[in-house]
Amino acid sequence: MAKMTLEELRKLRDTKKSEIQKRDIAGKDSQIIVGMGTCGIAAGAKTVLDAFLQELDSHKIENVSVTQSGCMGLCYVEPTVEVITPGMPPVIYGKVDAAVAKAIVEDHIMRSKMVSEHVFDRPSADIIKDGGK
Amino acid sequence: MHASLCDFLSDIFHNAVESGADSIRVEVRENDSVMTYMVEDNGKGMSEEIRRRVTDPFYTDGLKHRKRKVGLGIPFLMQAVEAVSGSFSLESEEGRGTKVSYSFPLEHIDSPPKGNLVSTFLSMISFPGAYRLVIHRSLAVDGKSDAYEVDRSELEELLGSFEDVGALQLLRTYLQSQETALDEIRNQVG
Repeated sequence: MAKMTLEELRKLRDTKKSEIQKRDIAGKDSQIIVGMGTCGIAAGAKTVLDAFLQELDSHKIENVSVTQSGCMGLCYVEPTVEVITPGMPPVIYGKVDAAVAKAIVEDHIMRSKMVSEHVFDRPSADIIKDGGK
Repeated sequence: MHASLCDFLSDIFHNAVESGADSIRVEVRENDSVMTYMVEDNGKGMSEEIRRRVTDPFYTDGLKHRKRKVGLGIPFLMQAVEAVSGSFSLESEEGRGTKVSYSFPLEHIDSPPKGNLVSTFLSMISFPGAYRLVIHRSLAVDGKSDAYEVDRSELEELLGSFEDVGALQLLRTYLQSQETALDEIRNQVG
């Protein structure tokens, strides 16, 4: 396979734009923030970032921003990911791997339901018990 | 401790971003036996005294984590390099910037695996901040060689904000195609 040129990338971008079928998800304009401090990198944060991109792509979800931050201060449960979705409390998930990233996209982003067993900061215990509802 | 050589690169790159640099150059050169890395920035640089102290894992400037007493990025890297008889150098001048260069012999049994360069470059290019980043990557094996260079500003102009998940997916496709072309050279020489 030859290296893609910038011109080919431009064409691919234009094709993708016309192909996008925006899905009506509950949590529009959500933010996923992956902790990319030394601790996060050592625990596999880049794999998690990749997993989120793959999951969002497989569900054709485009209206979610994916960004990175430094350490969130929860080094003992890295990789950590903060998810901010309108209508839900901000949540920091810990011990996130590719499978948990998939659950966060499918449950939290698409169904407004927290992945309770990986919530490590922010909502109070009674909220977690109810799965964020 | 980091699991792959790419993880060390991410760490040193983040130091460059945090130095307030507006221009960063990253080089990853690979040949039959050695991976060589260089991260150069025009950030705030270090005084001679701080340059000596950053090699101590119990030194930090305390700016990133107010209550934390450790700074592990460079000490981790130096320890890993030392374990495999690689090379490490740190040049820095206050007010002018910093250059970190290091290498790992690939055949040393204790050298960490290379890791995923596509994911690493993707996370570097999309890391928040207003800085220019140029990444140069080359491979030279058995008399054959190839290289590519990516410019963050050029890609951002073409793809838009890297917070956009569509832009990130296209960026990954682009980076993957560059690395796949290099892999083909490796496959040709068997």
